[in-house]
Amino acid sequence: MKRTIVPIGPYHPLLEEPEHFKLYVEGERVVDVDVEIGYNHRGIEKLAEGKTWDQVPFLVERICGICSTSHPLAYCLAVEDLVDCKVPERAALIRVVIAELERIHSHLLWVGLAGHFIGYNTVWMWAWKYREAILEICEKLTGNRNHYAMIKPGGVRRDLNDEQIEYALKRIGELAAPTNMLIGAVSDDPVMGKRLRGVGVLPYEDAVLYSALGPTSRGSGVPWDTRKDESLAGYKDLDWKVIVQQDGDVFAKAVVRLLECLESVSLIGQALTRMEEGPIDAEITEVPPGEGCGRYEAPRGEVFHYVRSDGSNMPYRVKVRAPTFNNLPTFKVSCKGETIADVALITASIDPCYCCTERVGVVDRNGNEKTLREKALVRLSVEKTKEIIKKMGRIPTLYEKGI
Amino acid sequence: MKLLVYYLIFPGFVFASIIGLLSTWFDRKVSARIQWRQGPPWYQGFADIGKLLYKEVIVPKEANRSGFVLAPLFGLAAVTLAVTILGVNTRASFVGDMIVVWYLFAIPAIALIYVGSASGNPLSSVGVSREIKLFLSYDLPMVILIVMVFMKVGGFSIQAITEWQQINGPIIKHWYGVIGFIIAIFCIQAKLGRVPFDLPEAETELGSGILMELSGAVLAVYELTKAIALFGLPFFLIILFWGGISSGIGIIWAILKYLLILVLLILIKNTNPRVRIDQAMKYFWGWMTGGAIIAGILAYMGV
Repeated sequence: MKRTIVPIGPYHPLLEEPEHFKLYVEGERVVDVDVEIGYNHRGIEKLAEGKTWDQVPFLVERICGICSTSHPLAYCLAVEDLVDCKVPERAALIRVVIAELERIHSHLLWVGLAGHFIGYNTVWMWAWKYREAILEICEKLTGNRNHYAMIKPGGVRRDLNDEQIEYALKRIGELAAPTNMLIGAVSDDPVMGKRLRGVGVLPYEDAVLYSALGPTSRGSGVPWDTRKDESLAGYKDLDWKVIVQQDGDVFAKAVVRLLECLESVSLIGQALTRMEEGPIDAEITEVPPGEGCGRYEAPRGEVFHYVRSDGSNMPYRVKVRAPTFNNLPTFKVSCKGETIADVALITASIDPCYCCTERVGVVDRNGNEKTLREKALVRLSVEKTKEIIKKMGRIPTLYEKGI
Repeated sequence: MKLLVYYLIFPGFVFASIIGLLSTWFDRKVSARIQWRQGPPWYQGFADIGKLLYKEVIVPKEANRSGFVLAPLFGLAAVTLAVTILGVNTRASFVGDMIVVWYLFAIPAIALIYVGSASGNPLSSVGVSREIKLFLSYDLPMVILIVMVFMKVGGFSIQAITEWQQINGPIIKHWYGVIGFIIAIFCIQAKLGRVPFDLPEAETELGSGILMELSGAVLAVYELTKAIALFGLPFFLIILFWGGISSGIGIIWAILKYLLILVLLILIKNTNPRVRIDQAMKYFWGWMTGGAIIAGILAYMGV
């Protein structure tokens, strides 16, 4: 049978962000997939080197609009690892509340989008309607519907007062019923089951081999959850369990996400009721030279931050690894043998976040590809500047550089 | 001359377009309310067509220009003719044939297949293959149903079917009629290319697939065709199963029946995800064809 290449992206209605999938197709069946990343590099890691330790959370918050607590949280955990400080208990619990709110809103967003991708727009609209409540709670607690700016190295930026806690407890209690309804809608609908069950299976072994993260791995029976594994401050005293499903198909991933929503609702309730008066900031005054790692379970999987300090007021290096970077290659396994109709859903099933993933890839005229590392990037930029200076006879102004 | 008026003004092109576009508004508004949204104002359909009409028409390099532009027009002409036959026949003695009407409704699909394959786009070609498969799937049960009605009535003409139902009561009063009506609703849903059978377009999979290269007035013609079909096909069902359209108070009944069918179509659209093409074929050739055959047997036994 003749092989044709069906492109998905770089610009496609399915993708909110630019990304390129090449589907090698025989008829409607996909025989191979190529994933090309690198359409949306934003230089966040480099920018972070020019910000003070306290400013970086605001920057990494903007890596992703949805994981806007997970990234700063992982970064702050890395800094706290570096200076070896302990976060006060109240601050840790507030972190739990905000991070879990984010998890619910991210998962509900995904459920809606998944509905949209299979043409079920009613699920889309309903899921987002219930997500609205979460955004309102977030606004009440932090002042923002998104980009909460709550996390800082050593603690949190704002305290919660009794009125806010009461409001959040009330609204979060109302959320369990609609979530259960959505779970029912997904698992009981026969047509939905036909579209989701047995589609895009990622077996346990492959999930481990590709080191898939988050709901993508937990849907395949791999019980990895950084919150549990690292016994994170705040989480370790609360009563909750890691949701795992065995089937590895899109349906299992959807169920993992929806059940995690319920788990998060209970986590938020526990954290809010347990909260005792106390300091919310460990007040880090100095960052000694050294390095630190922070791992946190974002809604999409483990997000990893690495910081290195040379003793100044700015990080010498910040390295970010978003979960989608690990989850993207699993398409090689899960998309093979499926139809085009299902690939759309499978690519969505890892809840991809492409911008968070981007690294620089360079393709030369002969089609040879390579990925640039830090040193090579610096060298290239120095060479370019030298070239420009040579051409112009002076250092160009910012305007001439086009910045 | 009189026929031309029928064809162009009432119940043909102008009337059918207006009602059809209002129906698309009704569809969008009810869908929006189901989904907790506001929905568009009543003139949205007209505004959309108006906007598309003065946009540039871009014809792909590989496509045959006249064919690419004319094919959708053939589709529009065909559905208009079908609607005219359906409408006129109840008031004048024009020999219309349900099989002819059903296949006139098929011409837009064929025109679309032509346009889609002419455009040379890989996503369009996937859409074309889906459209062909879908067409073959829903056609079989529907034709069996038309034959079933023929068996009962003894004639394909609209006149005969309407008269028989006026004497013996509407077909939908019997069990075979109910089964047939339900199956026909799904067939119509597929013919109109609506969720769960919007596979050839499949916005989130193929990026409008078969329609991908259509633009400007050509797309407007296609949208208009779809709107007129949304008006015509439910009336096709009403005539086939539900007593047809009579004058006087019957008109109001016909409108109510039409609205009921429209609401059913909208509910199906909003409570189902899109199926895969293999699932759609299995569904139509398995359940639906089986059901249609059972309905036929029941009709033969006279239950």
